[in-house]
Amino acid sequence: MATATFRIWRGDPNGGKFHEYVAEAAPGMVVLDAVHAIQASQANDLAVRWNCKAGKCGSCSAEINGMPRLMCMTRLTQLTLDKPITIEPMHTFPVIKDLVTDVSRNFRAKIQIKPFKPRKPDAPDGTWRMAQPDVDRVQEFRKCIECFLCQDVCHVLREHHLHDKFWGPRLYVYSAALEMHPLDVEDRSGELRGAGGIGYCNITKCCTKVCPESIKITDNAIIPLKERVVDHFYDPLSRLFRAFGAK
Amino acid sequence: MPEFETHEHDVLVIGAGGAGLRAAIEASAAGVSVGVVTKSLLGKAHTVMAEGGIAAAMANVDDRDNWKVHFADTMRGGQYLNNPRMAQLHAQEAPARVKELEAWGALFDRTSDGRILQRNFGGHKYPRLAHVGDRTGLEMIRTLQDHGIHRGIDVHMECTIITLLKDGERVAGAFGYDRERGRFKLFHAKAVVLATGGIGRAYQITSNSWEYTGDGHSLAFHAGADLLDMEFVQFHPTGMVWPPSVRGVLVTEAVRGEGGVLLNKDGRRFLFDDIPPLYKNQTADNPEEGWRYTQGDKDARRPPELLTRDHVARCIVREIREGRGSPHGGIFLDISWIKEKLPNSAEHIKRKLPSMYHQFKQLADIDITKEPMEIGPTTHYMMGGVRVDGDTQMSSVPGLFAAGECAAGLHGANRLGGNSLSDLLVFGKRAGENAARFAKEHGATQINSAEAQAAARRAVEPFERASGEGPYQVQSDLQTMMQTHVGIVRREEELQKALEEIAKLRARAGQASVGGNREYNPGWHTALDLENLLTVSEAIARSALDRKESRGAHFRDDFPSKDEAFAKANTLVRKGLDGAMQVTRVPAQEMPAELKQIIEEMK
Repeated sequence: MATATFRIWRGDPNGGKFHEYVAEAAPGMVVLDAVHAIQASQANDLAVRWNCKAGKCGSCSAEINGMPRLMCMTRLTQLTLDKPITIEPMHTFPVIKDLVTDVSRNFRAKIQIKPFKPRKPDAPDGTWRMAQPDVDRVQEFRKCIECFLCQDVCHVLREHHLHDKFWGPRLYVYSAALEMHPLDVEDRSGELRGAGGIGYCNITKCCTKVCPESIKITDNAIIPLKERVVDHFYDPLSRLFRAFGAK
Repeated sequence: MPEFETHEHDVLVIGAGGAGLRAAIEASAAGVSVGVVTKSLLGKAHTVMAEGGIAAAMANVDDRDNWKVHFADTMRGGQYLNNPRMAQLHAQEAPARVKELEAWGALFDRTSDGRILQRNFGGHKYPRLAHVGDRTGLEMIRTLQDHGIHRGIDVHMECTIITLLKDGERVAGAFGYDRERGRFKLFHAKAVVLATGGIGRAYQITSNSWEYTGDGHSLAFHAGADLLDMEFVQFHPTGMVWPPSVRGVLVTEAVRGEGGVLLNKDGRRFLFDDIPPLYKNQTADNPEEGWRYTQGDKDARRPPELLTRDHVARCIVREIREGRGSPHGGIFLDISWIKEKLPNSAEHIKRKLPSMYHQFKQLADIDITKEPMEIGPTTHYMMGGVRVDGDTQMSSVPGLFAAGECAAGLHGANRLGGNSLSDLLVFGKRAGENAARFAKEHGATQINSAEAQAAARRAVEPFERASGEGPYQVQSDLQTMMQTHVGIVRREEELQKALEEIAKLRARAGQASVGGNREYNPGWHTALDLENLLTVSEAIARSALDRKESRGAHFRDDFPSKDEAFAKANTLVRKGLDGAMQVTRVPAQEMPAELKQIIEEMK
């Protein structure tokens, strides 16, 4: 059977280096299979985070040959096997150990965003009526599996480390899902502009490129949110209306 | 004596899937302090993989539906071994639980008049599953997660419980360790809710994630709680079979709900050849009628592909065994054929089954809109679990509750698709509510620190054994053994053999060693999981040995028919005073007259 060489980064917050492992490359294998095989036979304590192994939970994010990807959805046949395959933890987040990073800041940022607030029910039995096309728009954002690859690739976080000033693509997708929810009546433009720092995004669309769920993050979530912020804070007419008490 | 990092909660919930989060939300709403312990990050639990939908008789699509029909369907599917009280509460309360999710932000697919759309599923008489394409589980867990984070619940992520602690008869907390640092943590609580999910990782071919190691089953057993119905393991008929690395990954029943058909290598829809008497009146006898049913014709009966999972899985095994399987040892599931019926069928399939389309395209190079899939049975769900009171979800240990897959009762001998997500919501809520009430009504507990010390000492033993095989080999041998001897088709000698093997594996597990340090060490975690896997494996094998008949998901080659002697009995497993596992039979819960009447009316 064919084999492949894997260069896996191993270490902890104090540093680390690449270790080379040779593993079998069986038909249909994904990178996570190879990592598991190495873990089972050569490195029992190799740390990797994973759950579903079917692209549904977003746990096994890593950088494979420099590209942010899910290990469970990257097949070996998509890669060149005559050179070693490099597997590293996501660069944007602090390393815990080996391929596992500390993504807790994403959870902390999420709590800052105002929760869903529905309008009054449409029917006496407490239910609502929504048209499928209105739902479709938001369902795109709700496909997000929180793999945080978009956060990983975003240069505002990765290069400029503006973690405290910029929520990042995942949390804009989350905000968009709330803001465009047919039932939601909350207004989040204030914090999107302020604590959320959406203005730092200069729409390079890297997040859209790496999204394993093919969510059009920049076009469908971030740009419309930026427009909302602009309408709300910089449009002279709406400022005038607000001055007279309308929302 | 080392001090452990200690956390105090009124209610401790173990598990953060649908049931755990729903329980935590409810307990917190009752005004008690709540902690949730999860082995993974928040929002990654196995619920995320549920695809088809949430069963609830809302009657949005077919106004003939109501809780009584849902109740009767659930009981029939479970071969009447279900706890009838749980089946009743489940059918009655599921619609309110689904509507509540919508009020918390879930966005289900819609009917043309804007209400929640419902789809057909196996064993459900009417279209009943509220859904979001084929990613309903993700919608559900995200909704609960995003609602839950604003409730003041303490979440302990990537933390594993290794034992429950008791104060006399009553549960007093739990002891575990955090993965990141490998440090022990002690949770002191007045009530504990187990919501740990299933046991699929005891088998080689499974749709379940690594977390499904029967933790709740095993923790409860060792704490002295009763387990019930452990012989009933659901093998989902349709898991992927090729390529090898994705073997077992689930292919949703919704494929069949949308018109997909099962074919053997000769192209024959073999399920028409074998329709069980209990379902004869409700099943189409020709392909045309079956197709009309999937397209919403209220006068049509369901196609045989939508018979219960136990039956469909066994028919598939038969076709494969008799040499009529597909090239890679499965059979064919075809949805592409609907192009004969629908213009734009490719778009239709991608819209109705988006993740199936991507799953096959990305992992198997198969375009399901153009060609059939190869599928075969995969270990999917545990009907058995902690025996609980139908109303409160409390186990036989005071203060210890269980909800969702790790609890027994609702599904009897076989679960209907869609009834698991509704189970999580209905009984998650009930468990949370009753755990909170229990915590309020009962005073504080005392922790016996010697118990925690002993657990801590045992837990680090794998590091102290200088040499010994690694835990992965033991785990893998156990999985292969269970697949071979305690799989879909069982017999006396095989089950006896399984028990012998379990004893040997237990000895090996006791000698397994791990290297490295305690920080984020998956080898160590695997070593600690072995105890749980061995406990549930033994419970399954012993229960299967005791039920000398075939019923629901439990099929005995040596006793292929139903036996009246077992028709009204559940298998009970508990830890004897000597520490050994004891199996007894208990009479099934008696059904009150009004429920009996519903069953009669719906025959």
